[in-house]
Amino acid sequence: MREVLGVDVWRGTEQGAFQAFAIPRRQHQTVLDVVTEIQREHDATLSYRFACRVGMCGSCAMVVNGRPRWTCRTRVNEVVSDDERLRLEPLRNFAVVKDLAVEMTQFFDKWEAAHGYFEPGPQPEKDFAVVPPDTKKRQFANAGIECIGCGVCYSACDVVSWDRGYLGPAALNRAWTLVNDIRDRGQRERLDAVSDNNGCQACHTHMSCTRFCPKGIEPTYAIAGLKRAMFRWSAG
Amino acid sequence: MAILFIAQRVTAFVLAAAVAVHLGTILYAVRGGLMAAEILARTHGNMQFALFYAVFVIAVAIHAPIGLRNIFREWTQWGGRPLDAVLAAFSLLLVFLGMRAVFAVYGV
Repeated sequence: MREVLGVDVWRGTEQGAFQAFAIPRRQHQTVLDVVTEIQREHDATLSYRFACRVGMCGSCAMVVNGRPRWTCRTRVNEVVSDDERLRLEPLRNFAVVKDLAVEMTQFFDKWEAAHGYFEPGPQPEKDFAVVPPDTKKRQFANAGIECIGCGVCYSACDVVSWDRGYLGPAALNRAWTLVNDIRDRGQRERLDAVSDNNGCQACHTHMSCTRFCPKGIEPTYAIAGLKRAMFRWSAG
Repeated sequence: MAILFIAQRVTAFVLAAAVAVHLGTILYAVRGGLMAAEILARTHGNMQFALFYAVFVIAVAIHAPIGLRNIFREWTQWGGRPLDAVLAAFSLLLVFLGMRAVFAVYGV
């Protein structure tokens, strides 16, 4: 391990350039530690986003050496290049606000477009719903429910990169958890929403979302589940 | 659209079986003489095969334009109704050419 880490950081918006920094190399430093050190010790104008620093909030994702990562839980040791360099860029497929901070509006608008919200129906249920933990539906929902909305899958997705209308893995994964929620009363509208041209059938099953999701969620399988649900729905 | 996605998947199932039968038919049909007249003498009037290939042609005419539509929408700026109209015409062309061939080979 060298004593100094070379870091190339994207500066600007869509137009811009990489700026090089030299940061002391430490044993267990995370990529977010590096970015924070740059901003505090070298250039206070560097813009980036973080909140919890412990992998819960989903706000610190960036492209690190070409791969989307949650930077707070990514140690430099795991991702540094052979010549001890880091290359930090804003997430792909998002508009860049400045430097490493991206505009997330479109990403979350698509959750809404995919009906990625619980629909209770016109009347509240009279009694508590019983959802046995070992049922298939509950397990499908469990598999995708821990999404923190970091945007890593959306950045990794090639389909989003060539079709900006595509709802993307996170929104479709959320829709799939709700398709498996037996309390939900908005299934018809949700399945309509996820099965138009920009919906689940646009997925090419590249599996980049599943490869890079920091929470180990597998949106590819959620999308496959939506395709099956759409099929069943259409068949009556 | 869900209907196009489903139509393409269902026709894919049909084609997977149909292509296998088609390949077998090619091997079988050339036995006992490779001249066109010899082959046609064996195929003419076979209504079961005519029906099989009619299904094959219709499956292709549904399957291929939907796939092309996806490719055009993903890789070019072209989309919307003009694209759909052109591909619907292409589908009809496939039906016409395919049925013409079925009639030529299996017709009486």
